[in-house]
Amino acid sequence: MKCKVLIVDDSKLARMAVIKALNALHPDWPRVEAGNADEALEHINQELPDIVLLDFNMPGRDGLTFATELRQRDPRIAVAVISANRQVEVIDRARAAGAAFLAKPLTEQALGDFFENALKQRQAAPS
Amino acid sequence: MTGSVAVALSELELDALTELVNLGVSNAASSLRELVREEILLSVPKVVVVTRKEAIANLGERDSKPLVAVHQDFDGDLRGRALLIFPEAKSMELVRAIVGNDLSLEDIMELEQEALAETGNILLNACLATIANTLQRTLRISLPEVVHGLGTEFFDLTQSPNLGDSVIFIYINFSFRSRDVQGYIAMLLDLPSLAMLKSLLGALIERTQ
Repeated sequence: MKCKVLIVDDSKLARMAVIKALNALHPDWPRVEAGNADEALEHINQELPDIVLLDFNMPGRDGLTFATELRQRDPRIAVAVISANRQVEVIDRARAAGAAFLAKPLTEQALGDFFENALKQRQAAPS
Repeated sequence: MTGSVAVALSELELDALTELVNLGVSNAASSLRELVREEILLSVPKVVVVTRKEAIANLGERDSKPLVAVHQDFDGDLRGRALLIFPEAKSMELVRAIVGNDLSLEDIMELEQEALAETGNILLNACLATIANTLQRTLRISLPEVVHGLGTEFFDLTQSPNLGDSVIFIYINFSFRSRDVQGYIAMLLDLPSLAMLKSLLGALIERTQ
């Protein structure tokens, strides 16, 4: 099953790092990039993604606020917050928002595990 | 961004530098959180290339009140100074956050310098180590030094390692979620390191592709 992935990070380099890992795991999955939450919403209004990978520390709405919004909009969207800020409060808030927390620098292993979980949940959920 | 030096770094290189600092400071905040056992809030980092005079003016504008800074100099492939800066009036509150609320004011005052130096050491080392590791380079980092004064004085220190007239000035605000303590981390990169920085950032971008 192919998933549509939306990558949201204000840093181009950080998006490149995510895309590198994504290419190693699922080169055939379609992906779009956004530099902030508003830009991401424009993409989402056109086409709902299956998976959203979000930076935490961004100008405008931060990744945790946006993760909550996304999950409220459609709980089927699998969301991961990616950050080097590993404070327990940040990780707890990500989980409370229904998002996974992935540490920066992002590893293929961590992203792969998250994708696997997302696929499992998708298959288990009623469509 | 001012002057022709800004042009020397491409948009993607500046982006990589900002992300690098973001990684460094986020790691540093995660370490500080373990020390104070409460959440540290961070702003989005700002990276500007300015003259030393502009950097000093910027510090002066941000706060005209007496400040405390813990600074550590670094050299190697990159050379400069990293500073943790906060209002002097808040320094006791910061120390209290670190050593706990049980100590008397006398004890806290006695511990002040040491606690500030240690906090700076943890934060700045975590930040610089992340930057060095990500760039796959080693930086020599000096011992922390605590200085009191006005922001405008911090970059004029005589021990400052041969910083040129232009500097890359990076800063990020931090605050404690439940205590009235705010400060910021600033980093000054010596511009003679710019060519090296450019090549290290280029290599990082290459590795990320």
